[in-house]
Amino acid sequence: MRFHAEPIEFERQPGSGAPVWRGRAADAEDWLRFAISVHRHEGRLCALWGSDERAHGAGFRVHAVFALAEGWQYLTLDLPADNPVYPDLSGIFAAANRMQRATFDLVGIRHDGEDQRPWLRHGGWPADWFPLRHDAGDPPPWENQPTDYDFVRVGGEGAHEIPVGPIHAGIIEPGHFRFTVVGERVLRLEQRLGYQHKGIECRLAGADFAVGAKLVGRVSGDSTCAFAWAYADAIEAACAVTPPPRALAIRALLLERERIANHLGDLGALGNDAALAFGLSQFFRLKEDWVRLNAEVFGHRFLMDTIVPGGVAVDVDAAKIAALVAQCDEIGRAVKELQRIYDAHSGLQDRFLTTGPIDTALAQELSLSGMAARATGMLLDARCHRHGYEPPPPWNKLAVRPATAETGDVAARAAVRFAEIYESLRLIRLLGADLPDGETRCTVSPVPGAAGVGIVEGWRGEVIVGVQLGPDGRIARCHPHDPSWQAWPALEHAVLRDIVPDFPLINKSFNLSYSGQDI
Amino acid sequence: MLALLKRIAKTGIVSEPTPEVGDMRREIDRLQDEVLRILGRALTIREVDAGSCNACELEIHALNNPYYNLEGRGIKFVASPRHADMLLVTGPVTKNMENALKIAYECTPDPKLVVAVGDCGCGCGEIGRLFGPNYATVGPVEAVIPVDVKVPGCPPTPIDLMRGILAAVAKNRR
Ligand code: SF4
Repeated sequence: MRFHAEPIEFERQPGSGAPVWRGRAADAEDWLRFAISVHRHEGRLCALWGSDERAHGAGFRVHAVFALAEGWQYLTLDLPADNPVYPDLSGIFAAANRMQRATFDLVGIRHDGEDQRPWLRHGGWPADWFPLRHDAGDPPPWENQPTDYDFVRVGGEGAHEIPVGPIHAGIIEPGHFRFTVVGERVLRLEQRLGYQHKGIECRLAGADFAVGAKLVGRVSGDSTCAFAWAYADAIEAACAVTPPPRALAIRALLLERERIANHLGDLGALGNDAALAFGLSQFFRLKEDWVRLNAEVFGHRFLMDTIVPGGVAVDVDAAKIAALVAQCDEIGRAVKELQRIYDAHSGLQDRFLTTGPIDTALAQELSLSGMAARATGMLLDARCHRHGYEPPPPWNKLAVRPATAETGDVAARAAVRFAEIYESLRLIRLLGADLPDGETRCTVSPVPGAAGVGIVEGWRGEVIVGVQLGPDGRIARCHPHDPSWQAWPALEHAVLRDIVPDFPLINKSFNLSYSGQDI
Repeated sequence: MLALLKRIAKTGIVSEPTPEVGDMRREIDRLQDEVLRILGRALTIREVDAGSCNACELEIHALNNPYYNLEGRGIKFVASPRHADMLLVTGPVTKNMENALKIAYECTPDPKLVVAVGDCGCGCGEIGRLFGPNYATVGPVEAVIPVDVKVPGCPPTPIDLMRGILAAVAKNRR
């Protein structure tokens, strides 16, 4: 299949996951042309990573996942071993900037653009040593010295900088924010991330499927189901396996429970950041009830290690389904009541409305996905039918209704979260009422050398996992991609012209993952 | 406003001795008295995420939900290590956080307590092994700063965390 008359021939990958077509760019020009064409057709750049193929007598490879209306395109470009340089995509897709820099830090293949600042390497290892090269060996002896970072300077009268982090004031992951302000108004925010970088991709190299599932399920703990499912999809696509229908339905149950748990927590925290501590205690209580039932029914409060290649490692009986459905009724009622209180609370609405806005054009420009994109009116949700897009099972039978809002501000992100809680509750009831019988897991026999990509609509947005198997059938390269990569730059824009004290509220309305992007 | 008050009245006080923890409530009350005796005031904690996957943080957050109500028991999370009696640290400690963790430790006034949280932070179990030292991580918390008490788990439950925090205070007293 070809997209928009571009010369690259794509082929639909097997498996039961979201529609992904894979293709190879013949040369750098093909690569660039395709990116330009995707941009012209209002597509997005979803992920970009690199790999070292020299062990099989080839050079290096750069991989990208794009999205068009009908689904995702997984494109690769082979690079020579002696001069692995590829065209910079950041002029077409702003989202490419950090991904390309991270790719250099890890694999040592370079884009030909201007911004060559390191992203994940802060001085913990030498600049000319690349952990994901097959011949990297043990890291050389090296003194861990934090390096200076070349923040973009903003001049002008009265402008000054406020550095924040890496350790923040609350119980939150580390990262550095550099605000340039005039008075209390934010002129510019520049993030420096990477503090959570723990070399997960390096740990994945050579892992078997089970170990890989454990690692990928811990890329971002609050999205463990989304990551584990996308990973399983990628493995199943590579090995051309379709899990039994019961497994897919249970995966959906787990994913929707994860979505609700996170929305409950964040809606509470949003109330708290707007000085309504009542909201925090109420929502946190509901969340605690929710995760306790997770532990009772599925054995883990955050559902870790429940989704595995080939299916699921958990099962539910009639009594458990009844408990899950009963809880939906209870939580649904409580959330409705709390939403009425939030909507009627003028102090809260005053803080939420018009704060931290992004519009559809910007969301599109930044290749944003998920909840934050839907809050600007974009109809993007991998679970939902769209004109020309057919969602994968079990969503294709559920007629999932996407939640959108128009204003793109904190209020809109809160509104989308409320709507998504109700929709996920409805989905859990539907899934529970009609759970297919049969097996919960099938065998997945490794296909040496095969590759696959999995895409799952996590609670933040698109979670993507790309997998390549080695000649031994183990994982040769695995890249887990969190939607926060695209959303962090959106946060830089959202705070502009607002005041510094609004930052925690705006930040919380996105609640991005540090660990997920730092991997 | 009326709806809000109604909701508060309807919710009531849910802070609990949960059935599964037995006499946790009494244990907490007793140790809280000890905290006051030993420190002469409430216990203050600075949480430092030195490389977690963020699920350990979800459970630390849960400590402040009305069920566990840690703040109501005089144990408070503070913004600066300079105001803290205890560091609660999750890991594996990344190279990129090693320096910041050392600084936070140095800024915490003596006598200070350190509790390492999670299999990653403690370097135990299968997950601790999978997230062991590599080019990007230094290893468990004790590889960087002295640790008083370890709370394993992936992530440890809020009850485990409470026990660990209280064990550190009790141990320090001996
Ligand atoms: S112990 Fe588990 S939950 Fe905690 S940081 Fe490590 S992987 Fe995440």
